[in-house]
Amino acid sequence: MSRDRDSRRLPVIATLLVGLMLTILPLPESIEPFRPDWLALLVIFWAMQLPRTWSIGTAWIIGIILDVSYGTLLGQHALALCVIAFITVRFHLLMRVFPLSQLSATVFALLALYQFLLFWINGVAGVTAQAMDYWGPVITGTLVWPFLYMFLSGVRDRARAGA
Amino acid sequence: MVASRGNNSNPARIPALGIRVIVLMLISILLMYFDQRENHLDTVRKAIGVAVYPLQLVVDAPVRFWEWLGESTTSRNELQLEVGRLKAERLLTNARLQRLTALEAENARLRALLDARAKVRDQVRVAEIMAVDANPYEHNLVIDIGSRDGVYDGQAIVDADGVVGQVIATGLMTAQAVLISDTDHALPVEVNRNGLRTIAVGTGEIDRLDLPFLPNNADIQTGDLLVTSGLGGAFPAGYPVAVVDGVTRMPQEPFADVTAKPAAALDQVREVMLIWSGPAVEEQ
Repeated sequence: MSRDRDSRRLPVIATLLVGLMLTILPLPESIEPFRPDWLALLVIFWAMQLPRTWSIGTAWIIGIILDVSYGTLLGQHALALCVIAFITVRFHLLMRVFPLSQLSATVFALLALYQFLLFWINGVAGVTAQAMDYWGPVITGTLVWPFLYMFLSGVRDRARAGA
Repeated sequence: MVASRGNNSNPARIPALGIRVIVLMLISILLMYFDQRENHLDTVRKAIGVAVYPLQLVVDAPVRFWEWLGESTTSRNELQLEVGRLKAERLLTNARLQRLTALEAENARLRALLDARAKVRDQVRVAEIMAVDANPYEHNLVIDIGSRDGVYDGQAIVDADGVVGQVIATGLMTAQAVLISDTDHALPVEVNRNGLRTIAVGTGEIDRLDLPFLPNNADIQTGDLLVTSGLGGAFPAGYPVAVVDGVTRMPQEPFADVTAKPAAALDQVREVMLIWSGPAVEEQ
């Protein structure tokens, strides 16, 4: 049982670390607003697949780490990630049977909600940013989702096979 | 949400999900409140920052390696050319420095005559910018020294050509700085030609600053050099900030529309200098 759990945990942690690295990887100023929210996508995927092990608690901790490395208000990303993880876990059975197109639409809505929460908190805290800083990640995030989904499904299946 | 908790008969339900999300959201809101209002959470931030530091190093490593590779595979010819160029440059700067020493001595004498407070020399230290991207909503950067090396919040950062920005958050081994081009950044400056004081505000564009508070009849023209006036307290006086590159006077508006181009190459710098000046130095 414990071996099974380890083999399930390792790939998830590995993908999250890579996600965090992609998030802080420097990009040229011009394409910077189009960086997908890798961690939000990963949280959605793992909360959908393994909702008992990886749900809102993990999302919250990732959010805090994100807040520290971004220097944003402590709790901002934590709150936003926690909310989309909650919605994903709540509807994970439904989302699992969605065809990929419908799932992508759901992911679009979740990412938009995520950015809206960040926008809303930024507004309360008095941080101003351009509209593209919010919409860019939502659009690119939705576009990379199908590929990320297939890749992560492969990771998950391999982890299961290895157990 | 509470109703979902009672329904434990369904095996697909995760127990206490609603309660957990509400508790975590409340904690987040409390954290944000305290983070915004006071600075009690600095230590928490630093502790988590230390945990993120290895990751930042890992992300930074390929870029450093690439640079190192480039440096170590440069041809002998190129190196010789560069050495020649650097020697010529050093000769020029040294010649200028000789005059500077004389000028500094003269300046000190004159200040003594006027009974003015002598200018202290600022302490500087070179820091490297880490190839780590921070907050997408702001223009900022991460440098590779932190509070362990005496970096403090509000410290001025310059490069070889001019002011780059100031430190806004210090971790133990890294620090975050905001660039002068950030929309939330304003910097007290004066025109080098005539001492006209004003404020340079960031625009969110990396190569443009705004001078929004200059009246139409202000004596300012394209090509004027703006230097720090030292009035804000954060920046020591006399560092170049930007060069005025556009003055539009509209008779119907109370203020002229003046823009300036930062002297420092804000998006290209790799090494910066941190300045210790004023009371903070005396404290240490």
